[in-house]
Parts: sequence; C-alpha cells; structure tokens
Amino acid sequence: MTATATAATTDLQTLDMAEIELREVNAALQGAPATNYTQFEIRNPRGSHAVAVGLDAEIEVTVKGSTGYYCAGMNKLATVHVEGSVGPGAAENMMSGTVIVEGDASQYAGATGHGGLLVIKGNASSRCGISMKGIDIVVHGNIGHMSAFMAQKGNLVVLGDAGDALGDSLYEARLFVRGSVRSLGADCIEKEMRPEHLEILRDLLDKAGADAKPEEFKRYGSARKLYNFNIDHADEY
Amino acid sequence: MKDTPQTMPRQSWTFSNETNSEIRRAAQTGIYDIRGGGAKRRVPHFDDLLFLGASMSRYPLEGYREKCETGVTLGTRFAKKPIELKIPITIAGMSFGSLSGPAKEALGRGATLAGTSTTTGDGGMTEEERGHSEKLVYQYLPSRYGMNPDDLRRADAIEVVVGQGAKPGGGGMLLGQKITERVAGMRDLPQGIDQRSACRHPDWTGPDDLEIKILELREITNWEKPIYIKVGGARPYYDVALSVKAGADVIVLDGMQGGTAATQDVFIEHVGQPTLACIRPAVKALQDLGMHRKVQLVVSGGIRTGADVAKALALGADAVSIGTAALVALGDNDPKWEAEYQKLGSTTGAYDDWHEGRDPAGITTQDPELMARLDPIEAGRRLRNYLNVLTLECQTLARACGKSHVHNLEPEDLCALTMEAAAMAQVPLAGTDWYPGKPGF
Repeated sequence: MTATATAATTDLQTLDMAEIELREVNAALQGAPATNYTQFEIRNPRGSHAVAVGLDAEIEVTVKGSTGYYCAGMNKLATVHVEGSVGPGAAENMMSGTVIVEGDASQYAGATGHGGLLVIKGNASSRCGISMKGIDIVVHGNIGHMSAFMAQKGNLVVLGDAGDALGDSLYEARLFVRGSVRSLGADCIEKEMRPEHLEILRDLLDKAGADAKPEEFKRYGSARKLYNFNIDHADEY
Repeated sequence: MKDTPQTMPRQSWTFSNETNSEIRRAAQTGIYDIRGGGAKRRVPHFDDLLFLGASMSRYPLEGYREKCETGVTLGTRFAKKPIELKIPITIAGMSFGSLSGPAKEALGRGATLAGTSTTTGDGGMTEEERGHSEKLVYQYLPSRYGMNPDDLRRADAIEVVVGQGAKPGGGGMLLGQKITERVAGMRDLPQGIDQRSACRHPDWTGPDDLEIKILELREITNWEKPIYIKVGGARPYYDVALSVKAGADVIVLDGMQGGTAATQDVFIEHVGQPTLACIRPAVKALQDLGMHRKVQLVVSGGIRTGADVAKALALGADAVSIGTAALVALGDNDPKWEAEYQKLGSTTGAYDDWHEGRDPAGITTQDPELMARLDPIEAGRRLRNYLNVLTLECQTLARACGKSHVHNLEPEDLCALTMEAAAMAQVPLAGTDWYPGKPGF
C-alpha cells in the first residue's frame, strides 16, 4: 500500500501510517517540490518519532494525532499543523515556516531553532526554547523549568506561567511572560517593555491566534554580565 | 675559618619550577589556566609498543614490490552511501572560529589530495572547507552553532559529538577576541563575547534518546549519510557498546592526548584515559556485540607517525584520525616563528594559547594579518605529503609483518616495552608471553 491522493483534489495527498512506513511518509513530504502536491494529511501517526522532518518546501501538512520525538524537526518553509500533542524536540532546529501544535509539547520544544514560528496551544515542558537561535515560540499555556537556557536570538512568548530558572545564561533572546515566573536563571533579569517590544509581541500574538494583550506581559532578557568571563562573577555560574 | 662543604641547591620534584610558576600565575590572576592542545604529561603510548616483524613463523612481503592495501570503507552498517577512503587516516574535527578560514581550506585540500576526509567542527560548515574537501564529515555538536539541514544534506557523513578526549564531560569556550563579525554571524551570537559551547546536547540526554535523534538525522538525509558517534576516552567499553545500541555506523574514540581549541589545563591533564588504554576495551565491546569491522572504529589522540597508525590498526581500529599533527604539518609551532613565540611568553613546540587568537603561524587565529601568513595551497600540499608519509610508514610495517592489507595487522604482531603498556594494549611484555591481567596467570 502506498501513499494515496484524495480523489476530490489533485493537490492533497493522504499518508496513512497505519499502512505505510515512516520513510515513505517523509520521502513523500520531502519530495513534494517534484510533484503537484501542496497539501498533505498524515493519519494514524500513533506517537511515531521524526514525523515530517527535514521539509523544504511551502507545503501544508496536517498531522491527525499525536507524535513522538522531533516532529517537524529542522523544518524549512512548510506549515505543519499537529492535531494532537508532540513528544520531545518538536520543531527542533527549525529554519523557517510554521509549526502549530494543538495539544501539549514535551521537553526541548523549538530547541536551537533558527527561524520560523512554533505555536503550542497547550503547555510546554522543560527546556522549551533551549539554545534558540532566532525562532519565535508562542506557548498558550505554561512552560517548564530551564526554558530558554542559553537562548541566543528570537522571541519566546508565554501566556501562562514559567517554571524555575527561566532564561538561564541567555544571550540576546527576548522572553515575554504573562503569568508568574517561579525563578529567573543566571544573568536573566526583568527588563523594560518598550514600544518596539510591544509591537513585536502584538505581531506574534496575532500570528499565533492568542487572545491576550501585549500590555499584560513582562519582558525578560540578559543582564549581559556573563558575556565575558570574569572571576568576580564565578558565584553566578 | 674553613669553608663548610655545601650540598647543591636541590629543586623539589613535587614543587618544580613549572609547578611553582603555575601557583604564582594562579595567585596573580585568580583564574585557572586555559590553553589549547591535548595532554602534555607523559602517559603510556604507542611508543611503548614494538612490532615483532616476520621471522620463521611469519612470511614478510617484499617492501617495494608486493601490494599492501590501505583503503577503508566507513559507514557500512546502515548508510546507503558509505565513505570510501584511500588511506586509513582522516582529519579530525576542528572548528572554523578556532581555526582560520585558510587553515580549514588547507585541511580540505590536503585531505582531498591524499584521498581522505576532513571534518567540520563547532561553528558550522564554511564554503572554503566544503569547496575544497572531496569528503567532508559534518559534526553535530551540542551548541548546534551554524547547524542547518542544507549543510547536513551536503555533507558526506555526520558525526554526532558526545565528547572529546581532551575534555570528556566538558564543553568549550571561544574567547571574545576570536568572535569576529563572521564567526559571530555563523553562530548567531553578539560579536566579541566569550562564546560557550555546551557540554550536553540540548534535545537528547542518553543512548535511548540518541537512537531516536539518529533516526531523525537519517530521515532528513534519506538514510544516505554514515552516522558517526564521537566519544572521549572515558569508559570505552560501555561508551562503544551504547554507541552501537544507539545506531552508529562509525565510532570515533578520542583519547586524552587528543587536542582541543581551548579548555582548562586541569581538565586536559586530569580527565580521561590515554588513547592506548582505550582501544582494546572498545574493540572488545564491538567483538562482544558481533560488530567488529561492521561498525568501524576510528581512533584519535596523539597519532604522529605511521608506526602509531599501524599500532592502532593492529589493536583493532579500522582507521585513525589526526588533529594536532595535521596542524603541525600546516605550520603550527614552526621554529621560523620563534622570535614571535618568545614575545608571547612561549617557545616553539610549546605554544598552546590558541584561544587568544595571536597565533604567529596564522592557523588558530581570526586576525586578518596573521591569517594571511598561511598559504592554503602550500599548506595543503604539506598536509598531503605528511599523510602520504604516514601511509608509507604504516605499509612498511605491515609488509614487515606479512600483511597484504593494513587491516590484517593484529595484536599478535606486537609486544610491549613496559608493564603499563602491556596491560593497556593486552600484548605481551617484550621477552615474555605474559601481560598483566592475562587469563590463566
């Protein structure tokens, strides 16, 4: 059994993981530029790992269910919509495009992402946005501990609460949290919310379909005290 | 008054002048010493082994007439496109940022001319390196600086770096003076800051996770690329066994003499095991799993001569990798820069402040004037010549042991000069049929 095109349209391909292997699913998605297909529907993902990874075209992929590790990993250009929850490392190292998760996300969501938008409509576990390098992440719920650890660039928006050690050792990423922050990590401080930040936030909330006002958020960022090693700051590490 | 006989001034072995100088430096600065390179202390090494050569019981091959093959294929377990190398010597991962662009180009040129691969490092893939490397291994590191799927796909193999011999369990630090605009841009960091490289991967924590990470990498690259796992010489038996479990095609095992761009001297000298001590446990792990020669083992850390290459292969490695020696071949620590090394408070052969970016040889620097001192074409030729010599030396020793392929070298071709080396290499102490730990004794 191979991937099948839905009869009514010529640009939607259905990939049923109850019938075909992961390799065939990803090969169909990665090979999309050579076909007429621009929309894909993945059925029965059943918690599979590495679903819809390495995509590199302006296609739309709907995943009808929950996935395992690294869903939409290293995405470029594509829009991936997961109608379920995702395991660890969703949209890790994403370069561009959009990934939307209707449910919750496990650890490391958006890790090291360079660009694009990751929207998590539920909660995200620990280390959300770890080492992020330009990605924008919007979490409608809460995020776990050590989120945005060593975050370099991009924006992390949290409509709910943040766990311990938010933004530990971060660089130039911007963190916006509407709820409470249990504790801030090393070198992470609350910063003034200036008009340009409100504008960034408004845009991201709009793109993420989030019902919240920018003025309700606080901004956190790097104190930049740990940018160059200084023995007098050794206790901070 | 008669002169009283005096004893000679006696220096302490424990508090040597070198030790005292470090105490004074620490007292003055309040910070540990950071340097590049690998362990400088004397540890049991390949020098402590000898080949027995052919005799009544072994039949040698004619040195200049009979063929002794050197080719090696890496990545035969799962990858659709394994890497075919003409020689069993590869160039180890060294970052752009730590090294200059011309130095990376020279490594690519030299490796390509010699028929082998070179490897990226922290900081991503540069055009100089990709363009001049016929076979390029792309390192997948904890920092993920410069990591992107396009470079992943245009690599010839992927090396997941778990650790390195100079600092098993440690991350890295590239000081601000080397974070130029180009380096900062590739790493998505502000210019001039001290850049930390994480010691752990951000999105997996153990071999079970790593197995899934490798699945993702294979799915992204259509199962074409060999996946290497690089580990430092910490617990080689278990590290290798778990790497096999995680799905490695190739395992790179780096002993404590393996170099680094920069880390604490105390880390380099006091963490990890000597390369010689790592090989037999690693090979045993592969043999116990029925994977020896199916998952290839690449050994690095202190490889300098064709004899080192041959001894590593005889102990069961499929190939070796060189880093520090390759830099020396390019021109690192060359005596012609002695006056400048002196100005930096060092001397030829001892210069290891690679992290400061003031390398007179123009290799471990991002300073445009210093970088210009290295001609990548000439340096590439020097590396090619050196790799050729290593290969010829290795072939010479293999033929003397009667081997028509360097992979046919075996532990039975060796003896050890010291008890320590005998124990680590598990080959007999010279003149005996015994080594410490040998069953039955």
